[in-house]
Amino acid sequence: MLTFLLRRTLATVPVLVIVALIVFLMTRLAPGDPAAIMVGDSASLAQIEQVRAQLGLDQPLPLQFVQWSGQVLQGELGKSLFLNQSVASLIGQRIEPTLSLAALTIVLTVLLAVPLGVLAAWRHGGWLDRALMSFSVLGFSIPTFVIGYLLIWGVALKTGWLPVQGYARLADGVLPWLTHLALPALTLSIIYLALIARVTRAAVAEALTEDYIRTARAKGISERQVLVRHALSNAAVPIVTVIGIGVALLIGGVVVTETVFAIPGLGQLTIDAVLSRDYPLIQGITLFFSIIYVLINFLVDASYVLFDPRIRY
Amino acid sequence: MSEPLSGLTTSQSASPVLQGGVKRGSRSLEPKAPLKGGGGAPAGRPESFTPNIESPATTAPRGVSTARRLWRNGAVRFGACVLALLVAGAAAAPWLGTIDPTLIDPASANLPPGTSAEFMTLGGDTFQHWFALGSDSLGRDLWSRMLYGARVSLAVGAGVALLALAIGILLGLAAGYFRRLDGVIMRIMDGVMAIPGILFAITLIAVWQPSLATIVIAIAVPEIPRVARLVRSVVLTIREEPYVEAAVALDTPAWKVLTRHILPNAIAPLIIQGTYVCAAAILVEAILSFLGVGMPPEIPTWGNIMAEGRTQFTQYPQSVLFPGLLLSFTVLAVNLLGDGLRDTLDPKFNKRGG
Repeated sequence: MLTFLLRRTLATVPVLVIVALIVFLMTRLAPGDPAAIMVGDSASLAQIEQVRAQLGLDQPLPLQFVQWSGQVLQGELGKSLFLNQSVASLIGQRIEPTLSLAALTIVLTVLLAVPLGVLAAWRHGGWLDRALMSFSVLGFSIPTFVIGYLLIWGVALKTGWLPVQGYARLADGVLPWLTHLALPALTLSIIYLALIARVTRAAVAEALTEDYIRTARAKGISERQVLVRHALSNAAVPIVTVIGIGVALLIGGVVVTETVFAIPGLGQLTIDAVLSRDYPLIQGITLFFSIIYVLINFLVDASYVLFDPRIRY
Repeated sequence: MSEPLSGLTTSQSASPVLQGGVKRGSRSLEPKAPLKGGGGAPAGRPESFTPNIESPATTAPRGVSTARRLWRNGAVRFGACVLALLVAGAAAAPWLGTIDPTLIDPASANLPPGTSAEFMTLGGDTFQHWFALGSDSLGRDLWSRMLYGARVSLAVGAGVALLALAIGILLGLAAGYFRRLDGVIMRIMDGVMAIPGILFAITLIAVWQPSLATIVIAIAVPEIPRVARLVRSVVLTIREEPYVEAAVALDTPAWKVLTRHILPNAIAPLIIQGTYVCAAAILVEAILSFLGVGMPPEIPTWGNIMAEGRTQFTQYPQSVLFPGLLLSFTVLAVNLLGDGLRDTLDPKFNKRGG
């Protein structure tokens, strides 16, 4: 178990290094002089020189990467060009709405998708199964922001039950927090739901064809027990895996959903950074999200041990 | 071949988890085309995850041509027709009751769909125009903008699919055939997959100037790893075949072995994968435009139209609804085409699921 975790951690390191390298190169290999781009059009030559020295751009590229990685390892993601704050503190300020939205979406999705997938697999070919499969094809085709606007239009504006846009901090009360996040979380969950329900259905359907299911039924235990204890628990590994992999969809979706619902989170910060060409900020956010994604999938890998006792390391 | 499962940690069979005996789980997730995971584009391709239980359309009698067999599949028929209609519409845009999609007339702003009105250009010319779908806040004709916008969407979809396939094939062949390159290439692919696709595209476009070429590259790069993994897995299975060993023994040059003996085995899954990449690319392009980080705002794209219309969405929903519906419908058609192709062209996949 411990050696497994150790090996897994070691396998994660090269991925993280390559991610860092790609993110680093993306801003350094830009056409033109990065220092000139960073200071903008109106800067003088001396200012450009100053920024170049400040960023270490006069050093050879590999050395720059080593220096930059060293800073990143100390949690130092650089300083925003326009907001006069460190990238790390900006991320810290904006993380609550994004984290709330993502967490609520994951909970909502898993609570809906797994039971639906199990039921669809149980009666596969039935109406629920067909409805779910149609829904999932639709879910992959309708863009998140279109769903968001349809919900704003159809739910928030027509009924007035839920706020149209904005965000309320969790510290200011659970109810406003929840009502502000209800529609965004629903919007964001559609594609994730489509993905997880589909994989759950496939994995459970596969498990249901196994001999031990027949044995369990022959033993006379209830159908619910067969589905939950035998089919679902044997299908757990692919389901957990796709929950982890789907986080990438979620991260892309967060940026879009926050824009539609005017939620002041990391997604909006990303867009602001891009529109103002704040390179250190863009770099920092991309790196941050990628590391989160890698770590989540590392945890997913580690969790296999809980779900499948046959896995021994 | 459980690689898609291991997500981003390792692409080789070195993954201890997957050797560890998760046989049951991984078998059901053994698609030809790996999961679109790290891509982050909303058009995931989990279609490829499903071991198609129904397994239709594969029982066609021998001797029926592939084209005929494809046409029998409803999803293929629907997807191909919608796509053909769209391509024709985009190509014939100037003759379909459109005006220059960039023409502005503040006097005819926010007209409801189906209005006929006098259009006055900034130059002072006037003419009568029928606004089939209404106009936006600057008085531009929505129908014209959507039809011209289809050109961008289709170009990006096709461009991204071709580019991702081309580079993915090259990398996959190299990684699968030349053992020494395998580790390096696949590690880099793992790294690319670990960056959520939309963020990758946003970053790249922010740094380089937004243009059609930049956008195609920015959307294509996150798609490359899945193509490369697919090709690599085909190479790894096929290279053990006797006919490949025979070709190698006869001193056939490597490129010839690869292109003539190995690559043809990957064509069906590559076409399917290419279709899904195309659908995802159309969606991501619209998202980028919508967020204001894609094509420059003066160029009509579906995302740009929606971005422009979203500030007054509550009063005049047409600028968001019509392009949104057309976009969804297009992506749906391409996804269904992919599903149909998969069911028809990839019988191995079906058998495995059934």
